[in-house]
Amino acid sequence: MSNPKEAIKENSMIIQKEMLGNLFTELSTAKENGKKVVYTFVPGNLTELILALDMLPVYPEINALQSGMRKKSGSYIKDAEKMGFSEDVCTYVKCDIGMMLSGNIGPTGEKLPDPDLLLLSYTGCFTFLKWFENLERLYPGVEIAMLHTPYQEDGTITQDQVNYMVKQLKEDVIPKMEKVAGKKLDYDRLSKMLENSAKAEDLWVKVLQTAKNRPSPIDSYFAGVYYMGPLFTAFRGSEKAVEYYQELYNEVTERLKQGLLPVTPEGEMKEERFRLVVEGPPNWTNFREFWKIFYDMGAVIVASTYTKVGGVYDQGFRHEPDKPLESLAKYCMGCYTNLNLPQRVDLLEYYIKEYKADGFLINSIKSCNSFSAGQLLMMREIEQRCGVPVGFIESDLVDPRYFSYANIKNRLESYFQMLGQRKVIMAQEEAQV
Amino acid sequence: MKQAAPRLIELVEECKSLAFDLNFSYAKEWKKQSPDRLLVGYLPIYVPRQIMHAANALPVGIMGVGDRKQIIKGDAYYQSYICHLPRGIIEMALDHNLDDFDGFLFPSICDCVRNLSGMFKLVHKGKFTRYFDYPQNFDEHIGGTFYRELLETIINDMHLLNGVNISIEALNRSISLYNKNRKLVETIYNIRQDYPWRLSATDVYHIIRAGMVINVEKHNEILEEVIRYIEEDYGEPMDNIRVIISGSFCEQPPIGLIKSIEMAGCYIIDDDFMLGSRWIQDDINGTTEDPLNELVISFLTKSTASSAIYDVGNPRSARLVQLVKRRNADGVIFCAASFCDPALLDRPELQKACDAEGIAHINFQFHENTGQFKVIKEQAGTFSDSIKLWV
Ligand code: SF4
Ligand code: SF4
Repeated sequence: MSNPKEAIKENSMIIQKEMLGNLFTELSTAKENGKKVVYTFVPGNLTELILALDMLPVYPEINALQSGMRKKSGSYIKDAEKMGFSEDVCTYVKCDIGMMLSGNIGPTGEKLPDPDLLLLSYTGCFTFLKWFENLERLYPGVEIAMLHTPYQEDGTITQDQVNYMVKQLKEDVIPKMEKVAGKKLDYDRLSKMLENSAKAEDLWVKVLQTAKNRPSPIDSYFAGVYYMGPLFTAFRGSEKAVEYYQELYNEVTERLKQGLLPVTPEGEMKEERFRLVVEGPPNWTNFREFWKIFYDMGAVIVASTYTKVGGVYDQGFRHEPDKPLESLAKYCMGCYTNLNLPQRVDLLEYYIKEYKADGFLINSIKSCNSFSAGQLLMMREIEQRCGVPVGFIESDLVDPRYFSYANIKNRLESYFQMLGQRKVIMAQEEAQV
Repeated sequence: MKQAAPRLIELVEECKSLAFDLNFSYAKEWKKQSPDRLLVGYLPIYVPRQIMHAANALPVGIMGVGDRKQIIKGDAYYQSYICHLPRGIIEMALDHNLDDFDGFLFPSICDCVRNLSGMFKLVHKGKFTRYFDYPQNFDEHIGGTFYRELLETIINDMHLLNGVNISIEALNRSISLYNKNRKLVETIYNIRQDYPWRLSATDVYHIIRAGMVINVEKHNEILEEVIRYIEEDYGEPMDNIRVIISGSFCEQPPIGLIKSIEMAGCYIIDDDFMLGSRWIQDDINGTTEDPLNELVISFLTKSTASSAIYDVGNPRSARLVQLVKRRNADGVIFCAASFCDPALLDRPELQKACDAEGIAHINFQFHENTGQFKVIKEQAGTFSDSIKLWV
């Protein structure tokens, strides 16, 4: 392994760090500066609308995952449970509410400002609705705007669904946002942002597709969650996001030219033994340990569904500046967890074949019915259709009680062993032919 | 002391066997009577059964297997941390219990039911499978238009199978029949509010649940007959407290649990079991030229409080408190299925509202196949005793 310091020198990382730093500085002074703060969700977010109205977004899911990474989630969850939330429910909600009860201290150690608006667009998950209903009561008097995103139940987006969403945006959501922002939405500005979104999305797809190469220069899951940050959260639509993805793409293509493998917290990987497709979110409380199990075994994630929760751009969707509201509607409906199960299986099959994966792994998350309910059937379907070895592990997002390192490591080691044996057999068969 | 009429006992027994017939024999027999009849299965909680009735289809509630079927295959389809209801339903589907059904509707109540709709597609069950994605926007022009389109899609699904065109008269007639059904159900609850000893909560449960799997005409007859009997005075009041059950809207508690609560000294005078059959809280106009619009408006403006409906502006906590007062209840038992995000995420807020109003409450979680009720009975008993001490 090379010196870990090399890994953090990458320019794209510096840019992202700077972007986040500036956002949190702005947030910490938002009230003094009269900036309005919008709490909203990642999947199907309306970031361009928020930015075009000069408001600042906060993503409670991101706060929760960062609390997980900073080892604070366990106590936040317990605080929410003391308040009456069941042990059984989604831990993102409990972590967020626990954090709020403990003073709402954000990742930089400063207090996050209270919301002026709760923007509830609950793409692909019913729990989002319950989450913000709870927040609405915990912040009495806060404005709340709700955008109901219909599910792609029949595997398509219908015109009726688009019309329904556009009407909600025009007649309910945007007027409420304008009221809080104290200004009218400038549609030209919105279109300009959507143009930037599309540029960043083009670059993001190119980055993802470099993993089709053997060896892959990126890990599309563990590193993917960092790469997706600007596009999936507060920066989509900004020029800075385009700059970030341009830089990232340059770096990745350079790595590709040099035949380099993915960057990990311990430097570059030296060998690509297994190429995997992963379904489901990662665990955050033990993220580094979890990742290490993979790179120690030479396993690279070449495609993942988690990096599609904020948009399945590699299947063609782009924000369209000349149809702003329709494209926001289609964006919301197109996010991964808003696809029906047959669509999800088709997408996974495509990834496994297109990215020439050796195996398929599910990290099933206790908290998340949206992802998890139905995964065992999806796994069978994939096994039948693709004939690759499938693996199944269980953990949680931010509840440390549900991450058993020994158990997961054992399971993964057996799985990698199986993949290794299969490779040997396949090589022997090929040699015979 | 006058006893319950033997015919009433007989009716309850009949409902009991209908309610838990997981082969849906009555419905399948009904379908056989005519080639254009359809069976449309639906999951909890609500679908407007009137459109199916008017299209010569029998809406059949698939409320889970409870503790009546051993789950073998279903457990291989679901992780341990997912509620019990969907595993029983997939088990029924794989065991061919649902083979004669023409279509399935999966109301938009949570991600488990949502994803189950996709599982039915993957295992090729039903000639049509729809996630019933009702609007969470209640503006007539926005959510109303979308809801109407959704109803039209389902009407078309049925039309493609049996060629029935729903007439205005037919839909108005269906609306009136279901209006009557809800009124009769409400009458039973109203009588029990004053005389809870005349019919046990488990009897009421069986009577209402039977209505999910038979045609409304027959159910109305049963309800009318039951009401005739329970309007008469019989039985002896016990020194029980009066409680409302909240949280069991989807996965249904086992009968043993309902019984245990009653035996522990609690009259259950209202509940959210079988919420779908009581969803619309008033009559729907069944005399207009546009009955579909009446169904839409009733959904937007007269839906009951439920964890599946966005409640900002009309909080379900206030509605629960109102119900407690209207029913003159002594307390609330929060009784939700384990791993049920919608019910369990509502609980703290509902409890807070009860606390603010000085309404006593306790809280259980269950699986539909829970077999041990000792702890629950003890807790409900203590709850009952503590309330008796103070009132
Ligand atoms: S259920 Fe899943 S998608 Fe929904 S809030 Fe929880 S973690 Fe997020
Ligand atoms: S019990 Fe709750 S989580 Fe389970 S299917 Fe019903 S609503 Fe969904």
